[in-house]
Amino acid sequence: MTTDIGTWIAALLTLCILSFLYKDNPFYKFAEHLFVGVSAAYWACYYIYNILIPNLYNPLFVQGQLLYIIPLALGIMMIMKLFPQPAWMSRFPLAFIVGTYAGYNFITYLQTYAIDQVRATLVRFVALESWQEFFARPGAVTFLSAIALPVVVVGVITGLVYFFFSREHKGIFGGLAKTGVWFLMIAFGASFGYTVMARISLLIGRVYFLLHNWLHII
Amino acid sequence: MRRQGPLIITFITGAVIILQYFIPHRPFSDLQQLFNTWFLVIAVFALILGVGNLGKIHFERVFRRRENWPYSIVLILGFIIMFGAGIIWGIQRGTPFYYIFWNVHIPMGSTMFALLAFFVASASYRAFRARTPEATVLLISAIVVMLSRVPLGNFIWKELPLIGDWIMAYPNMAGQRAIWIGIALGVVSTSLRIILGIERTYLAGK
Repeated sequence: MTTDIGTWIAALLTLCILSFLYKDNPFYKFAEHLFVGVSAAYWACYYIYNILIPNLYNPLFVQGQLLYIIPLALGIMMIMKLFPQPAWMSRFPLAFIVGTYAGYNFITYLQTYAIDQVRATLVRFVALESWQEFFARPGAVTFLSAIALPVVVVGVITGLVYFFFSREHKGIFGGLAKTGVWFLMIAFGASFGYTVMARISLLIGRVYFLLHNWLHII
Repeated sequence: MRRQGPLIITFITGAVIILQYFIPHRPFSDLQQLFNTWFLVIAVFALILGVGNLGKIHFERVFRRRENWPYSIVLILGFIIMFGAGIIWGIQRGTPFYYIFWNVHIPMGSTMFALLAFFVASASYRAFRARTPEATVLLISAIVVMLSRVPLGNFIWKELPLIGDWIMAYPNMAGQRAIWIGIALGVVSTSLRIILGIERTYLAGK
């Protein structure tokens, strides 16, 4: 068993949180509140040192760039939200944040998630070399490799058809939407499986910490 | 002024950010850089606002002796000690701030996420009852991906890891892509509505 105080603290807090698996209890509540407090302080300090000092304190108070009074004033107006009387002042910095964010989102989503995704889907429909490989070495893996690109095209188009609610999902359109649902189900299942494995991996990490770093059993 | 001012600010900032993408020259490129810096600074003040609100709620809970108030003292002390350590000694390696981060924040954060493994397991028990063909597809896809990520999958069938990778790379990507294209169109139209002042819910609907 280790004699390092830091490892002991980490191990006891880990056990406090894992105790929630039994039921909600005072040990878990203690660890939960401590986590929230420490986490808030961590991010506050992180942003003060990495954003506020280089982007506001240094330009305004060290280099004397008076233009930076504007973000300082907007920032102070944002904090006014805590007080009932001048709370309306926080609308101005909020408007700045919302406007800038909307502008960035407009560009980023249009370029990255719409145009580039459509382009990547339609750039190539059939990979002839994959089919040649399949005919040379028939098998499950070579077959899947051969049909990969058509699967993507069909999946994206039918998935989009499913999301088109301006027309009733009947007839051919309904059949396409149904195919789209199957692709979406595969995507949800794969994402679910991937998430489960990531969480299990984290759990293995915590158990390893307890048994190896703390108890020195393994 | 209280209503029109924020709408004008939103329009100017949003329009400048969009224009600099199509006209990446002065004055739009300079304005974009300036707005970007200001955005970061104001976002930090928004974080400070959140921390202030958190403190306000928990101080009130302590002073009014509301339910579970002793835990609020734990939260406040946790914040004061971590924040004080960061401000006094800095946040680099070897400082008390880093010690608390490494021995308190990291283990608790990863255990919180690890805890979700159990809840996901119980959720999957409910979700994995194959009642419809669609639910069966979801079930098979999830099981193949999970098995392909562990040595057991390779033991069952040596091609299983490859099939798991194929599902992730093609049918999964096709589904995700359809979702992302839908989300992108939604975000683009909502952003435009916000910039043009049609969507005003962020101003409490006024």
